[in-house]
Amino acid sequence: MSSREDILGRVRAKLGRDAANAATGRDTVAATLAERTQGPRPHVNPEKSALAGRFIDQSLAYSSSVDRVKTRAEAPAAVARYLADQQLPAQAVIWPQLAGLDWAGAGVKVAARGAEDADLVGITGCFCAIAETGTLMLCGSPDTPATVSLLPETHIALVSASRIVAGMEDGFALARAELGRLPRAVNFVSGPSRTGDIEQTIVLGAHGPYRVHLILLDNE
Amino acid sequence: MESRSRRFKSNALAALANPVLQGNLKMAKGKFVDKRAIAIKEIDDFEGTREAAKNLRNRVLENLDLWLEKFEENATARGATVLWAKDGAEICRHVVEIGKRHGVKKAAKSKSMLSEEAGLNHALTAAGIQPVETDLGEYILQINDNEPPSHIIAPVMHKGLDEVADLFEKTHKTPRKTEIPALTREAREVLREHFLTADMGISGGNFLVAETGSVALVTNEGNGRMVTTLPKVHVVVTGIEKVIPTLEDLSTLMRLLPRSATGQSISNYVSVLTGVKQPDDHDGPEHLYFILVDNGRAELVGSEFQDMLRCIRCGACMNHCPVYQTIGGHAYGWVYPGPMGSILTPLYTGIENAIDLPHAATLCNQCGVVCPVKIPLPELLRKLRETQVETHLRPWFERLALKGWAWVASHPALYGLGTWFGVRYLKWLAGGKASIPVLGTAPGWTAGRDFPAPEGRTFREQYAAMRAERRKSS
Ligand code: SF4
Repeated sequence: MSSREDILGRVRAKLGRDAANAATGRDTVAATLAERTQGPRPHVNPEKSALAGRFIDQSLAYSSSVDRVKTRAEAPAAVARYLADQQLPAQAVIWPQLAGLDWAGAGVKVAARGAEDADLVGITGCFCAIAETGTLMLCGSPDTPATVSLLPETHIALVSASRIVAGMEDGFALARAELGRLPRAVNFVSGPSRTGDIEQTIVLGAHGPYRVHLILLDNE
Repeated sequence: MESRSRRFKSNALAALANPVLQGNLKMAKGKFVDKRAIAIKEIDDFEGTREAAKNLRNRVLENLDLWLEKFEENATARGATVLWAKDGAEICRHVVEIGKRHGVKKAAKSKSMLSEEAGLNHALTAAGIQPVETDLGEYILQINDNEPPSHIIAPVMHKGLDEVADLFEKTHKTPRKTEIPALTREAREVLREHFLTADMGISGGNFLVAETGSVALVTNEGNGRMVTTLPKVHVVVTGIEKVIPTLEDLSTLMRLLPRSATGQSISNYVSVLTGVKQPDDHDGPEHLYFILVDNGRAELVGSEFQDMLRCIRCGACMNHCPVYQTIGGHAYGWVYPGPMGSILTPLYTGIENAIDLPHAATLCNQCGVVCPVKIPLPELLRKLRETQVETHLRPWFERLALKGWAWVASHPALYGLGTWFGVRYLKWLAGGKASIPVLGTAPGWTAGRDFPAPEGRTFREQYAAMRAERRKSS
């Protein structure tokens, strides 16, 4: 007997499975999947400016830094400012999805591709953002490679105000509506990577970025 | 991993006598507790969320076979291979076979408690595959000659900065560093190299989502993302009880897991991974395997211990346990310490191999109060104690004493006589003081705590006197 049959067989025996209750069981499974019951959710004010406010507060609490500009077109200049402030080179790997912005005009040299170990700065957008916890929802694709938010020491993300939703459930609903099936990698990112393994002392920059800088695009 | 739980008592005594460990435990104590207390206030209906989490975990367990089939169907449809393992040996066999099939030389691992259950690192090394632990805590343990973890969330809670500094100096052959950020950076640099060169990533799975066939991975360091993004093969090793129905259920559980574990509102990284790399993708594994493990879990389905299968491995029960806080995790002798470990170890490794663990609790119910999926841990500990008595696993003198007590207790006159002598003897032992300094037949009991002295009359005597008084006055 294969291990699959052995394990499932024992589970079935323990549950007293027979043909009749298997049919009802299958109905229960189908109904549970169709109903998508949600648990209680913390109150999050759904008004647009309130969502942005909460997203910013939570992001700051998670050690990200935040800047606000009006439009997408202003983003490259905001990036250049931040890099200069941090005394980082004006050079970054970016999501191919963002290649259309005028990076050269802002004096930032960009490479639109997946990230490599040597890349110091990674610039991404986000699929949407979650106000409840100050979280970016990143969906991987050829245009939005996952490594750009992971390998570089500095991660800069552009967040459109209209894409801030209340909770994780709303992010998943948006993914279902817009992408159909779930992409291979959905990453929820809240601030820089951290560890507390040595003496429960929090240190930023474990394996992922040391810094996460968010640029909120208010009119987008 | 071989269990050393039989030696719980001597393990615990050694832990109590170890000043370094005691210092480290004292330092850690409370950090988790205080942070959790603050974090749970952020959600308006914490109790309601616990109840919802309990119900959704129960819903799966009631039809576990069907949910596993549903998960398997959806994961396979996205290009993953689903394998099954009855025990630790079969996990090792599967992983080694996968490694050989894809010519793997190095496996980067993010934390998986099941890989500890199976002793997977030994098997990989024996097969010529280099395992590299990438969770900072697990890495420290690995370079310390594969020491076992002492906590499921903070594996090196028992170690101090000095010890880590020594280990890094010795292993990396670099100048000794004494600042935690500098040590973390050094580990980052060493491990980055491993991430980039590993051909296989091995992870656990916090949850398996049936509706999409995905694994959900929760980390703060980002190593979970690394091992599932860079290597060409990804193997998920996880228990059959980890299935949840929907992404909505994941959202509910994610409000509880980080808060209960580390007192965070959310972990830094939550990854929901589905299927294999697509032709135009820049990253992601070309091959994805799920190894769904029984190792004792199926036996609990439908049993009086089924509640334990709801566990989401947050560690809150051990963080809040006065016994764990005093002796640390190693004394428990197997993979899982604290209250949840005192239940899982006997159930998974044999009740006769962990006789003392169900007794390593004061039944104060701190664990039951904080458990995010409302597992009645003290009740399960009590059930295990009952099972020990029923199956004659307790020592003969204890059984004899209990039998004797039961006999006396079912003969009221004799019981009355016994207690009449008892209280007078104890009062005499106290010699007029409020507590008894040394208990005659069990001096060990009073060595570390007070035994309040009785006032000299039994309850029955006092009750009879009170009734007589009443009758007189009416
Ligand atoms: S038993 Fe409850 S508190 Fe303990 S680890 Fe499991 S889920 Fe957490």
